[in-house]
Amino acid sequence: MKREIWKGSEAIAEAAIRAGCRCFFGYPITPQNEIPEYMSLHMPQSGGVFVQAESELAAVNMVYGAAASGVRAMTSSSSPGVSLKQEGISYMAACQLPAVVVNVMRGGPGLGSIQPAQGDYFQATRGGGNGDYRTVVLAPANIQEAVDLTQEAFDIADQYRNPVVVLADGLIGQMMEPIVWKERTPRQLPEKTWAACGRRNREHNNFITSLLIDAPACEAHNLELARKTAEMEKNECRWEEILLEDAEVVLVAYGTPSRVAQTAAENLRGQGIKAGVFRPVTLWPYPYRRLREIAARESVKVFLDVEMSLGQMLDDVNLAVAERKPVRFYGRCGGAIPHVSEVERAAMEAWKEVK
Amino acid sequence: MTAAQRFPHRLTIVTGHYGTGKTEFSVNLALALAAEGARTALADLDIVNPYFRSRERRELLEGAGVRLIAASQALADADVPALPAELHAVLEDRSVRGVLDVGGDPSGARVLARYRPRILKEDYQLLCIVNAARPEVRTAERSAEYLRAIEAVAGLRCTGLVNNTHLCGETAPEDIREGAALAEEVSQITGIPVVCHTAERRFQDRLRDLPLFPMEIRMKKPWE
Repeated sequence: MKREIWKGSEAIAEAAIRAGCRCFFGYPITPQNEIPEYMSLHMPQSGGVFVQAESELAAVNMVYGAAASGVRAMTSSSSPGVSLKQEGISYMAACQLPAVVVNVMRGGPGLGSIQPAQGDYFQATRGGGNGDYRTVVLAPANIQEAVDLTQEAFDIADQYRNPVVVLADGLIGQMMEPIVWKERTPRQLPEKTWAACGRRNREHNNFITSLLIDAPACEAHNLELARKTAEMEKNECRWEEILLEDAEVVLVAYGTPSRVAQTAAENLRGQGIKAGVFRPVTLWPYPYRRLREIAARESVKVFLDVEMSLGQMLDDVNLAVAERKPVRFYGRCGGAIPHVSEVERAAMEAWKEVK
Repeated sequence: MTAAQRFPHRLTIVTGHYGTGKTEFSVNLALALAAEGARTALADLDIVNPYFRSRERRELLEGAGVRLIAASQALADADVPALPAELHAVLEDRSVRGVLDVGGDPSGARVLARYRPRILKEDYQLLCIVNAARPEVRTAERSAEYLRAIEAVAGLRCTGLVNNTHLCGETAPEDIREGAALAEEVSQITGIPVVCHTAERRFQDRLRDLPLFPMEIRMKKPWE
């Protein structure tokens, strides 16, 4: 297969088009402007629709409309812009509408900085909008994976009729890497009999609304959503294990910090410390069970959670490890990237504590 | 051949489609000129990219005696389209070898229009980077289209092509040869000569037949 150099943001856009996305609505914000820019040129060429909306709110509600009509639709933004989209995500989850939302995270809170960060972990994994709902959260660590996960995100969204979040950090959006366009086997997906795309030959009109004013009906609806949540938890969890078999120090990191952690682990091994990396690929559902198994190993002495935020995934690591082993933390934030030597030092300190 | 022989003009203006490797080339060229003893300045005129800009290599460049001209430190992490006033020092001081690292695409090259009258008075070369691994410009026709569009907004003619085909850490000499073929094709369409082909030093021996500009990867990712 032919290798090509792609910038993360443009690769995500092309991946979406190749996955059958035919509606993109967005509003510019650094560091993901190449997504709407690429879409503006290539979406019309693919027979789709690109609209630069007047705001993030407008964009996400256009996605709601397009998804309701049964079309594969996507929006993308960066941290503060994604905050504005939360209402739309909650409404889409409520209405069981499949859509893909890409967040290329930058420093926060508020307007923050335009440099890479991971401070939207809580928002993405706990649900930034109101109500009882969950979204699958996919966290790529390289451009190839950003492509593969973006394409699969559309299948996951359609399978469960639920929004899916691709949570990339700014480095994924801006860096260039070689990728190949793989032959993809799409999932077997149910027909969109629920879509509001005209009466056709149905007995009834398809109505899509999130307003269920009758409390028992609203509760029943919530329980139906909860059944889907359980299915997603059962089927969609994934992770990667790097140098973990005999590891005594386990670094836990997702996205590009996992690559910093990997280099640190390799360096530590050069100094005789058995280090490895556990990388969640889905942040929700979180790979609790696997991490718990690893925590139970006798060989494992200590965990070090590494983030480009101040201890958000740390909550999930602690939930998984459940005090079986000590958990330490190293993070940078606001757009600063953890340096390999800093992670190495933090891991070394954690190891000295327990050895 | 020395860098000064390979690039004999006082000002080297580096343009091209985004992601073709303009910054990597610019940083390497500035370092090579400085190493040969030339008073060298590198101007980071990238108003397109928010990350991976030559200003991120300030320490390396200044340590090697290259004067870095970039938007003020206060704006180092911003993406405002601000241009450094000190650029005039490079354009006007004829004792300085200047490398102008311009942002990608015609939108990035637009900054050149503002300095056009001055540039026209100077001894300059305007290089366009060719990269066969970049999907938008992998055909000679598309490369030539980008080149012409860049010339149109800059109001300056391109004088040379540089083949900078690479696949980050996965580059092989064959990829560089594929880029060389593309550069030749672009040259035939446009009538603009191929100045050289870039290659990491480790590939030099296997590409001896090509006019090479040897490079070292300077714009590394945080984990490399």
